[in-house]
Amino acid sequence: MKVFLGDLVLIQGSIMKKDDRSRINCIFENFVTFLRKCTFCVLSVGPIPEHIAYIMDGNRRYAKKQNLIEGTGHRVGFLALMSMLKYCYEMGVRYVTIYAFSIDNFKRRPEEVQSLMDLMQEKIEGLMEEESIVNRYGVRVHFLGNLKLLSEPVRLAAERAMVATANNSKAVLSICVAYNSTNEIVHAVEKACEEKWEEISLLNASGSGYGLIGLECIEKDEGENLIKLIDIEKHMYVSVAPDPDILIRTSGETRLSNFLLWQSAYCYLYSTPVLWPEIGFRHLLWAILNFQRNHFYLEKKRKQL
Amino acid sequence: MKSYKALNLGKLRYLAIVVGSEEAYQTSKVIELLQWLEAIGVKHVCLYDMEGVLKRSKEAILEKMSNTTVFQEADENDKLLDQKHMMLEFVSFSDGKEAVAKAANLLFAKYLTSNNSSEDQEGEIFTEPHMTEALRAVGSGGPEPDLLLVYGPARCHQGFPAWRIRYTEIVHMGSLKSMRYGSLIKAIYKFTMVRQNYGK
Repeated sequence: MKVFLGDLVLIQGSIMKKDDRSRINCIFENFVTFLRKCTFCVLSVGPIPEHIAYIMDGNRRYAKKQNLIEGTGHRVGFLALMSMLKYCYEMGVRYVTIYAFSIDNFKRRPEEVQSLMDLMQEKIEGLMEEESIVNRYGVRVHFLGNLKLLSEPVRLAAERAMVATANNSKAVLSICVAYNSTNEIVHAVEKACEEKWEEISLLNASGSGYGLIGLECIEKDEGENLIKLIDIEKHMYVSVAPDPDILIRTSGETRLSNFLLWQSAYCYLYSTPVLWPEIGFRHLLWAILNFQRNHFYLEKKRKQL
Repeated sequence: MKSYKALNLGKLRYLAIVVGSEEAYQTSKVIELLQWLEAIGVKHVCLYDMEGVLKRSKEAILEKMSNTTVFQEADENDKLLDQKHMMLEFVSFSDGKEAVAKAANLLFAKYLTSNNSSEDQEGEIFTEPHMTEALRAVGSGGPEPDLLLVYGPARCHQGFPAWRIRYTEIVHMGSLKSMRYGSLIKAIYKFTMVRQNYGK
């Protein structure tokens, strides 16, 4: 934390030059960061969420409202995302999950889908650069969803980003693309079944009788359920993070749109009318304050079952 | 209140109510809420609380409510069109994740059969429609609510079956103790004004 009062006194007396203007901007930015960190200190007296999830709704509405060409709303939305990530990681939130692209979004016009894919590829590649937020805060990036539905260049960029950040361990960013909850649940069930089948086959091959008995019981509807809840849960895409503490949706919509339905049983659902590209620090602050107000009750519920 | 009189309930085919389990013991309040819903004209209501307190109070509730029937899976298609009765469904936490585990075992049985018969049907077993069917078979099917009202301290769906709330509007109503008829009407009215894109 540097003291800039000396600088301010100097500037008062001198003529305003371009250099001075950018210095003032720098000082102002540092001051704002300082205020923000003070706010976080005060907030930390109460519980800080470990995991925040975002449904980034309102990019198209923003573009319309500001009379921008289509697609620009998402670009501004990306800048908003970078700011929000910065605030979250500064505050000590370890896990952030975002709903970047739903399987339902493939229903949009092909040109719109393509432009979103191009934007995603561009931004994924940007994430891997030296000065990106991911390296600054030691963030490990995951791309979660049915990645096979993505076009190859995007999928490869995503895989490269996951490999490049695999050693980062301070925080986690889960980007849900080609994702929705019902698809995730079916996928997890499928993987659990395949795993169980392999287990049984191995037991059969090793000569132990368990495997055969299990099979017969299943076929006669008599046996205990071989697939347990825990087998399914470990194959959920979002199992790289604990369940979210807050789920923030912008643009005032009150539905989850098939996002984190399984993981949000005890999650505080926060809906704010602001459009995603317009979201800022004060909205996050308000969401956290509301979370803190309800935290005790929700923790109690979580421990009950 | 007068401007809400012209409520178009066409969009509200299925309404769900989530109640905090401590508040669910206030059966008289729950019955009052159901009576309001009946007066408004809501025909299909799903009552949910985590621990199943409402399930246990089912008899007491049905006794006080004339003209209501309990939702039966088999009659789903018929009864959904029958407008004379109000239909009630009682759901708890075990109808969510645990039901999916049970349904998974049904799908596993099919998977084993297909593996044994050496037909490659894997891609056809693990699909969303089959999961829906399997959930129905284990007794946790049930339509997707259009609107979900949460009566409790926090806006949280408390484990309402994930499979059924994909596009459900979730509204927080405050505590059951301080519920008001006006707030209920307002919430339903606001719901009728919402427009969904379903991802498009």
